[in-house]
Amino acid sequence: MTDGDDPVIVGNPSDTALSDQLLSHTWQPLSRGWKLAFAITGAGTLMLLYMITLTVLRGIGMWGNNIPTAWAFGIINFVWWIGIGHAGTFISAILLVLEQQHIRTSINRFTEGMTLFAVVQAGMFPLLHLGRPWFAYWLFPYPSVMDMWPQVRSALPWDAAAVSTYLLVSIMFWYLGLIPDLAGVRDRAPTLRRRRVYGVFALGWSGSVQQWRHYKIAYLTLAGLATPLVVSVHSIVSLDFAESALPGWHSTIFPPFFVAGAIFSGFALVVTLIVPARRVFKLYNVITPRHLDMMGKLMLVTSSIIAYSYICELFLAWWSGNRYEMFEQLHERPFGFYAVGFWIMISCNCLITQLLWSRRIRRSAVALFIIAAFVNVGMWLERFEIIVVSLTRDFLPSSWHQYMPTYVDICILAGTLCFFGLLFLTFLRLVPFVPVAELKELKREEEHA
Amino acid sequence: MKPVLMAEFETTDELFAGIKVLTAAGVTRLDAFTPYPVDGLQELLGVPRSYLRWIVLAAGLLGGGAAYFLQWWINVVDYPLDIGGRPYHSALAFVPITFEMTVLSAGFAALISALALGGLPRLWQPVFEVDGFERATIDRFWLAVASGDREVDRSRDTLALQNAGALRVVWLGGGA
Repeated sequence: MTDGDDPVIVGNPSDTALSDQLLSHTWQPLSRGWKLAFAITGAGTLMLLYMITLTVLRGIGMWGNNIPTAWAFGIINFVWWIGIGHAGTFISAILLVLEQQHIRTSINRFTEGMTLFAVVQAGMFPLLHLGRPWFAYWLFPYPSVMDMWPQVRSALPWDAAAVSTYLLVSIMFWYLGLIPDLAGVRDRAPTLRRRRVYGVFALGWSGSVQQWRHYKIAYLTLAGLATPLVVSVHSIVSLDFAESALPGWHSTIFPPFFVAGAIFSGFALVVTLIVPARRVFKLYNVITPRHLDMMGKLMLVTSSIIAYSYICELFLAWWSGNRYEMFEQLHERPFGFYAVGFWIMISCNCLITQLLWSRRIRRSAVALFIIAAFVNVGMWLERFEIIVVSLTRDFLPSSWHQYMPTYVDICILAGTLCFFGLLFLTFLRLVPFVPVAELKELKREEEHA
Repeated sequence: MKPVLMAEFETTDELFAGIKVLTAAGVTRLDAFTPYPVDGLQELLGVPRSYLRWIVLAAGLLGGGAAYFLQWWINVVDYPLDIGGRPYHSALAFVPITFEMTVLSAGFAALISALALGGLPRLWQPVFEVDGFERATIDRFWLAVASGDREVDRSRDTLALQNAGALRVVWLGGGA
């Protein structure tokens, strides 16, 4: 059987059945598992707030950062989280523009939600890393009484523009896609209160031809706008590194290398979220092995790009003939103080993913979930290697200094995981997480094809 | 729109049949309500392709142009800062922010015009008063004729729509 024969919606459910299945979770009683998960992630979020308060009150010295390792957990976590967001936009925008609805439609709302919540986590880190986060608005151009403007020839204001644009465009794309489904909940929910609340958010959508005709173009246009955004945001993030002269950072392969890594890590997190959600909400009929297979293949492709980039980095270091580059790439990363991290990274990002060549593994939700978990770890370690190993060993041995995170660093990382989980659980509860209107449209197209 | 006649259909084929019957009778002020965009419906109703993309293009160019201008003005006119003798007007360094602001303005324009051109946001519209219309976002297809259409004929059109497969034909406000 080829993939083309595989159904994307199993069992040919009617529009009514599909709507009821995919909308009813917004009004059915909360399950015990959901409440438990909500309590755990809620507690973690409180811990995050406490740690942030500690950082702001007592200062950035609560973190393990030192000179020369001025960027450490803060920037690692920023790059990790923002990278994760990219796969969401890749699936929802790029696959729409490429007309791959049959593999996109059941999962795009999950991935868009993931993008939003990941960008929220990412945005916190540069702000806290400023040390004086209450001056964050200095990054934006405004006529200040100090008669000063941001330095727009530096990569940092580019970053501020890219990340805030990414967040706003992602919210707009997500919300526009949600409107027809919010109207569906408004019209289907059993209680008046829910109908009113969802009615307000549905903005009075009636599904008339006049509305659809502008909506369709707007949705496609937003997808088209988000597509170059996927490439631009992480490219700009990578320029924060590549613009400097530090060995291990000063490299022209950074923008494509970072974008590939971002999409790779994002796919891994998509799998990490969708596999449990599919099981809990019994979405087997709309998220089929074909979707899993597609995500497995995309992980394999991006993993290969990453492996190729690692080889390029090593080769270019040797080819440059620059002793600092060679020392960094050929000695410090594979054999230095943090070498364990390097080899775990290689195993997680390049070796374990080779299992995805097997069709059986790609179609097994459990196997895919486990591989994705390794990739999440591996991609975090990649950023650790790039940032910490390069900073602790720069040009002069006299300025070398080891880095170790403090408990505040670790708790903030764990806290953002919990906060992300909290937002995602809230999303699963309040929002139709599979785009029902698009799924019905897809079903009609398949029937009429 | 304020409807005078509404009809409910179970399938898109029946909806299309209903539209054809009314169009053949000379009725012009038609609109349809569907749970998802239906291919061919817009053409059948003679609704032209949306001009929204031109608004988006204009907004994008305007936003990008403004961003470039602001960067130039900051760096060259209001706050020139000599950094290692590099040019104040360094076009290459202005690209990222110009690009991001182009996308951001175009994005806002796309969202806002999609809502505004579709007559949103609004909390209520007359069609919501029709019994059973709530299934228009779930699994039913509704056809509506706006009030003021001179060609509607109550007895003829009711029969014609029922023959086309309408589950229900509703006349509002007395009709023609």
